[in-house]
Amino acid sequence: MSEIQTIELAARAAEEPKGQPTAGRFLFSSWHLVLIPIAVVMVIPLVWMLVTSLQTLDETRHYPPTIVPTSLEFRNYADVLQQAPFARWFVNTLLVTIACVAGNLLFCSLAGYAFARIRFFGREVVFVLILATLMVPFQVIIIPTFLIVRTFHLIDTLGALILPNLAGAFGIFMLRQFFRTLPVELEEAARIDGASRLGVLFKIVLPLSGPALATLAVITFMWTWNDFLWPLITIYSPNNMTIQLGLATFQGAHQTNTNLLMAANVMSMIPVLLLFFFAQRYFIRGIATTGLKG
Amino acid sequence: MAEVRLEHVTKRFSESVAALDDLTLEVGDGEFLILVGPSGCGKTTALRLVAGLEKPSSGTIAIGGRIVNDVTPRDRDIAMVFQNYALYPHMTVYKNLAFGLKERHTPKPEIERRVREASGILGLDDLLRRRPAQLSGGQRQRVAMGRALVREPKAFLLDEPLSNLDAKLRVQMRAELKRIHQRLGITTIYVTHDQVEAMTLGDRIVVMSNGRVQQIGKPQDVYRRPKNLFVAGFIGSPPMNLLRGHCTDGRIRLGELELPWSGPDAPEVAVGLRPEDLRPTQDGGPSLEFVVDVVEPLGNEVVVHGTTAGTAVESGAEEEAEIPLVAEGARAAITAVFEPADEPAPGERMRLGVVPERVHLFDLRTREAIGR
Repeated sequence: MSEIQTIELAARAAEEPKGQPTAGRFLFSSWHLVLIPIAVVMVIPLVWMLVTSLQTLDETRHYPPTIVPTSLEFRNYADVLQQAPFARWFVNTLLVTIACVAGNLLFCSLAGYAFARIRFFGREVVFVLILATLMVPFQVIIIPTFLIVRTFHLIDTLGALILPNLAGAFGIFMLRQFFRTLPVELEEAARIDGASRLGVLFKIVLPLSGPALATLAVITFMWTWNDFLWPLITIYSPNNMTIQLGLATFQGAHQTNTNLLMAANVMSMIPVLLLFFFAQRYFIRGIATTGLKG
Repeated sequence: MAEVRLEHVTKRFSESVAALDDLTLEVGDGEFLILVGPSGCGKTTALRLVAGLEKPSSGTIAIGGRIVNDVTPRDRDIAMVFQNYALYPHMTVYKNLAFGLKERHTPKPEIERRVREASGILGLDDLLRRRPAQLSGGQRQRVAMGRALVREPKAFLLDEPLSNLDAKLRVQMRAELKRIHQRLGITTIYVTHDQVEAMTLGDRIVVMSNGRVQQIGKPQDVYRRPKNLFVAGFIGSPPMNLLRGHCTDGRIRLGELELPWSGPDAPEVAVGLRPEDLRPTQDGGPSLEFVVDVVEPLGNEVVVHGTTAGTAVESGAEEEAEIPLVAEGARAAITAVFEPADEPAPGERMRLGVVPERVHLFDLRTREAIGR
């Protein structure tokens, strides 16, 4: 009976998430004595950023800093949009992020499925090699990656940001682990029913992998959106910059308009905050189930 | 529809162990063939080889006269029902049934017609919009059957399809399966470890053990004339009583019991007595003394466990976890099936009549049946 239960679990997981029961949600626990101070510490910088983004330049230089806003300079936001090609950066980042999320979902699914289910020569060795790349810090492969991207004449284009990030060892590993938990009889039944390998993947496996795919999408989105180092190295035209890179240009060598910088920061954070708000459980799952960076 | 033929098929998952050892088998067009045996006997492996889910290490497999060793499962035109049903959880019952047809680019009206037909046969009409998770075990089983039916394949492969159902439903579905086969006449290979399913469903049954065929034949023939000790111990419930004896000087000797014997001498034999052939007797004919131990009244019959003088022989078909009834001293545990009117009391001593023609003999050295 256990296999049937597995199938049922997979079915349930594939369905839309249900809201948590409201009963007991606000019960007090002694853990809150620890968690609430930590939450305050985490929130203070965000509040400070928000407040600063609404101050005048003079106020931002006040010491000690003001946490309670004395003025609401909403025109800071308008200034940012005027002084810098902020909308352009936003679109660039969105394009790169969407491309990377789509690429990771597609290519990691294909590779993960092959490693999970198809028997081929050298499978385990190749898989271990791919896993091993997780241990190589990005700083180590900056130069070779740069050379490859330059060979394709992609330096200072969005392609430089997309191409190297279309698939990753993390996604391959995570999806392989998930695919292996699906009952293999489902795939065998589909193959007997006439589905090809790709048909099995797209019509049976992926529809049952909603939670895993969502987790991968959310994590890839966040990594790509917040990436700074790689765009810094490959992009130098203001028109091709991403938000994170563009934000850095607000910090001048002699003078920094802190209020404008913070206004830009707040705007750049909105998509990630929204994502976090609606897909929080997939973040947690991604970190909890794989025990890897998140 | 088509016949299925396996010739000298061997399957090894590792160098040392053959899951299936030199299996040669022919399933006739429209035949209902049962592969039966204890778990690990290779019956499921045989089925998966026919389905194309495994490749044989050697030998050939042919479906409808075409050798399919290198043909993918999708191109073999067979349908399989899995033990856990393997219904696609994210699809409705209708889509589950239609999936195989869709994958084969069947025109939509044709899909609609066949799904309606199968759902009519199986009584699924009211369930077509449900998901598998919303179905009971019996309903899922029927959907799994339906998914095979709509394909109108060359052959059905069923892997213990009833083993996840509760007892009552199993009996019902067993009859249902037989009805469907009688109606459609599709070649069917059915794997089970349940000998009642084997006896009731099959045109022929194949008894397997340790990757080898033990006996192939009609259910009644296998029951009446088991070829070896394993089959004798496996087919029949409760299993055949097997006691050590010897055949010399024209007599079969089993403890104090003597029966006429016309065959050659055999010093070491197992004497097989079916529980249903043992009946209480008082007329001075050939009989065994018997002490009743446990009585199990079943309504239409009474299963009586007890002991007699002698030594029991193991058939090799005993389940590993099965603990033989402990018999004290030189006594062997045996089982008899009585009419309800003959129900004895525990501890009662009696004599069990033995009909000489119903006695089975097996050579203990070769473990094969001794013919007569």
